[in-house]
Amino acid sequence: MTRLALTDLACARGGLIVIEGLSLSLGAGDALILRGPNGSGKTTLLRTVAGLQPPAAGRIEADPEAIAYAAHADGLKGTLSVGENLEFWAGLFGTRGIDAALAAFDLRDMRERRAQALSAGQKRRLGLARLLVTGRPVWALDEPTVSLDARAVAMFAEAVRGHLAEGGAALIATHIELGLDVPVLDVAQFKPGEARTDAFDEAFL
Amino acid sequence: MIRLLVRDLKLAVRAGGGFGLALAFFLIVTVLVPFGVGPASELLGTIAPGILWIGALLACLLSLDRIFATDHEDGSLELLATAPLPLEALVAVKAAAHWLTTGLPLTLAAPALGVLLDFPAPAYGTLFLGLLLGTPALSMIGAFGAALTVGLKRGGLLLSLLVLPLYMPTLIFGAEAAGRAADGQGASTPLLLVTLITLGSLALLPFAGAAALRINLR
Repeated sequence: MTRLALTDLACARGGLIVIEGLSLSLGAGDALILRGPNGSGKTTLLRTVAGLQPPAAGRIEADPEAIAYAAHADGLKGTLSVGENLEFWAGLFGTRGIDAALAAFDLRDMRERRAQALSAGQKRRLGLARLLVTGRPVWALDEPTVSLDARAVAMFAEAVRGHLAEGGAALIATHIELGLDVPVLDVAQFKPGEARTDAFDEAFL
Repeated sequence: MIRLLVRDLKLAVRAGGGFGLALAFFLIVTVLVPFGVGPASELLGTIAPGILWIGALLACLLSLDRIFATDHEDGSLELLATAPLPLEALVAVKAAAHWLTTGLPLTLAAPALGVLLDFPAPAYGTLFLGLLLGTPALSMIGAFGAALTVGLKRGGLLLSLLVLPLYMPTLIFGAEAAGRAADGQGASTPLLLVTLITLGSLALLPFAGAAALRINLR
């Protein structure tokens, strides 16, 4: 079963095409690591897949309700507790039970603590725990391991493995080795030959 | 939707949420007016409807830029945009939360502040009703303005410039209703017009706000 299929996709950022001619397909249980130097369009690709911006060309075949997106920012509210933050997202996505997500990222002891009192790595873990409560099959993750220590990276890899085993799929942009046995795609090869600026520029808005 | 509303209300009443700031601002502005124009009760009674409405409007404006800005800064706006909730509903819920934390307290406080301005007692009902019917439009228009300026540096100032002219019809008819009631005339026509503006905003602006958010999130 195909979870996500991209056909001849082109993505633009700031009116400039950064990725062109990308095709890929992820089935249930598949994951793909995106690599590439800074500015090669990893974030733009993930935002396009998540539906935050329209593709400049090509097609995305996926149920828009199937994709869980995680960006550089975790979307946490500092004045809410760890549990309240997660419960909010679980309620919004119509799932219940945050205990498994808390356990997966070793956050159970911090449930009552305000999110603003967490360290950067703990905040990141809470941000990743949000993915588990969305209950969505396709994860589009942008640099999920920033500020995580080796133990937390292992927790994350374990969460991804569990997700894939349940028939999910994941598209992960990262610079570090996660210890997952999945293919790696170098995004830089989809860079357009010459800088094109004919895409509709909305920067003036 | 209820979850989001509850979360926003919770955030507003917790530390740094800004609940009560608008109310305190409204109180101070209204208290300052008699000091500025003198205590002549005849003059105060005449200008009271206008002062109360302008005070409410400015107090409402204070917290507008927070509607989407805080969610944009911490990244939750992007995550909300990819959540099952349609953006139109998001804009409507945000406006509702803003109204519950500013418009409603202002409305409840206005009759009490009317005493300070020597506003005639029989017209309190109309003043209250006018604010109750008019302040949802202020929050809704404000949410639309906040959606337009989200992500802009110093967006708050631009937001005020965008939103204040749009507040004009509500101000005119709201103050007119309270003024007429103070003069002992019937106030149902301006009240109906205020309601019309509110209903129109509630019907149309969630869609305009969602479109603005979509462009700003790209």
